[in-house]
Amino acid sequence: MKETDTKFLESAFKKYYFEHFDLIHVPQRTSEREFGYQKFNSGMTRHISVKDDKELHLLLMQNVPSDVYCSNAYYSFPNLPMNEKDWKEADLIFDIDAKDLNLSCRSNHTISICNECNQISKNSDQCSKCNSTKLEKKSLPCKNCIDASKTEVLKLSEILINDFSINKNDIQIFFSGNEGFHIYVYDSQFQQSGSRERSELVDYIMFNGAIPEKFGMKKFKPNRNSFPDFNESGWRGRFSKYVYGSKSKRSKIISELLVNGYSSFQKTLDDVSEKIGTKIDPNVTMDIHRIFRLPGSINSKSGLTKILCQDLEKFDAYSDSCFISEESVEIVANCPIEFKLKNKKFGPFNNEKVSVPTFAAVYMICKKLATIA
Amino acid sequence: MLALGQDEIAKYPFLADAGQYLKDKGFTLDQFGRDPDLKDLITKAYERIQVAADGKIYKSDLVGDQVSREAALPREVFSFLLAIVLLKLSGMHTLIKRFALAEARRAEKYLEKDLANISDESKKQLAIRVIDDLFSVQIEKIDDYFVIPVSDYLKHSINFHEREWKLINRHVENGQVFLTPHETVRLIRKELGTYINSKIVNAKTPTMIPGFEDHVNKLVMLSKKFSTFTVTTGEYPPCIKHAIDVLEKGENLPHSGRFMLATFLLSKGQSVQQIAPLFKNAPDYNERVTLYQLNHLAGTSGSGTQYSCPSCEKLKTQSLCFATSECDGIITPLQFGKKRK
Repeated sequence: MKETDTKFLESAFKKYYFEHFDLIHVPQRTSEREFGYQKFNSGMTRHISVKDDKELHLLLMQNVPSDVYCSNAYYSFPNLPMNEKDWKEADLIFDIDAKDLNLSCRSNHTISICNECNQISKNSDQCSKCNSTKLEKKSLPCKNCIDASKTEVLKLSEILINDFSINKNDIQIFFSGNEGFHIYVYDSQFQQSGSRERSELVDYIMFNGAIPEKFGMKKFKPNRNSFPDFNESGWRGRFSKYVYGSKSKRSKIISELLVNGYSSFQKTLDDVSEKIGTKIDPNVTMDIHRIFRLPGSINSKSGLTKILCQDLEKFDAYSDSCFISEESVEIVANCPIEFKLKNKKFGPFNNEKVSVPTFAAVYMICKKLATIA
Repeated sequence: MLALGQDEIAKYPFLADAGQYLKDKGFTLDQFGRDPDLKDLITKAYERIQVAADGKIYKSDLVGDQVSREAALPREVFSFLLAIVLLKLSGMHTLIKRFALAEARRAEKYLEKDLANISDESKKQLAIRVIDDLFSVQIEKIDDYFVIPVSDYLKHSINFHEREWKLINRHVENGQVFLTPHETVRLIRKELGTYINSKIVNAKTPTMIPGFEDHVNKLVMLSKKFSTFTVTTGEYPPCIKHAIDVLEKGENLPHSGRFMLATFLLSKGQSVQQIAPLFKNAPDYNERVTLYQLNHLAGTSGSGTQYSCPSCEKLKTQSLCFATSECDGIITPLQFGKKRK
């Protein structure tokens, strides 16, 4: 990134931080958390302790980070090297990202930036100018991406609440600032679960690794009675609602399943996993030493803020998370796709000089689709 | 410590304090070596180990759940305690492991019977307490099922590689897992084995007792049967081949895939300099970052921790597993192609 662009982003981020201390707070049990941050064009600084809001705000003003993180884990000594921290427990966290949902809209709003010649083109596997295959993909997510992610969040909450008996008030949902949601679960029975245990939870939530026997199908002498009932709880219930469609079709569908046989049933399960499994990023939930984007901080992939969703249904990601100033700024934009921020449409821009509000300029520069004029 | 009745000690002899038990019964180890009537018990103890070494469960004199003859009970406990003495004297760790596992499975049978016992509430309660005391798993009974918190279930189930133990293949409701008595007990088999194993390992090794030598020598011979050596084909497992393929094509390999590849090759003895060029085709290749990260994984920089290759289970969750029939039940990619001879 050019220095003028970095300077511009830094000043826009600093202004945001200075004016929105009300949005940026240290989490509970602050002294047990590890903090970390990244500056523009620089590596990660982590293993930091922060005492309170004041100290955090000071850190933001002094360093003007591009990204700020905080551990979901609690340690005795959060500022020591990893193996001396003395891990105590960790909140359960989930990441739902539109890029993992195989959405059909995605190819329409993905841009390829060539690593060799910097040529920007609409989504492709090869650079349109130099044919290189070393491409960096940037997505400008659309409303459909956010809506689909919200659906996954709801699926996840349903499992957490019904299957794992997690109190609704102990679940917090944040927009990640880019193209998905971060979900936190506090005070659950899984606080002390290790990475391998959490990986089992992941498979459960994603519906990975199901065997036919558990869902009613046996290899030898299969029996109608062992298939799940329509109103069963847990995955057997969700399975039947999806596969039978309605209560009245149960009998007919079971006959079909029996005729098709065991190996075909395994395929049905794989299909169920794809269709109704919750699409979370397994790595995030399995990682018990992660430093996770701090709520209230800016996501440097977009310039948008990671922010709590009080009402998920009404939450408008590309307006409720945009806090950068409206002040007009001149940029050279090379953004072949239209996008919407704060209910205003921008682009497409074909390598042209334009005047746009700072928040839109920040968005495009963060996506490497514009530079300061 | 639980207060145990006579027949309970016979079922779960590892719960007894060995030294105290002998004293209470008025015996010393020397007597077993000398007294022709007691010497039979050493043979019995040896047989108990032999059965375990063959991977079978020792058939006791206890008939079913019932106390058979009064005299059978102490004999049952003695043969267990003497077996430990023999094992300690022989110093053969493979045998200790096998013995502990077989004894765990034997105890498992009794625990299961006691749990399922509907006529004798006290037996069931004892089984529940044994499980709680030793493994801090709190069991509650709901209808015909034993119910434990999901987090407790996972602590134990992650040691199993069979898919039926995956949480997705369990009845989960209200944060709890529903199990049959058989499954409940099976769940703690490994820990039971580990518990018995550690009890034996931590027991003091006595000096050789006259009269024990023959059986100890026989144990040393017996353990030779179990020494193995392995040969490796040297071929890479499919997950690693796939990762290399992706990189060669210049496609993006996720961070977790790069982690797997690097830790695998490091474990196989390759150097950071040998591995680094593999990543040259990655869309976001940066030599400085690659070397930094590889050195970090190798433990030559940073905290000095050497990272190990993820298990197959973990790779499955991360969609990095492309198992073929050749993988044949391995639990980490590092085991691929190794054959025991």
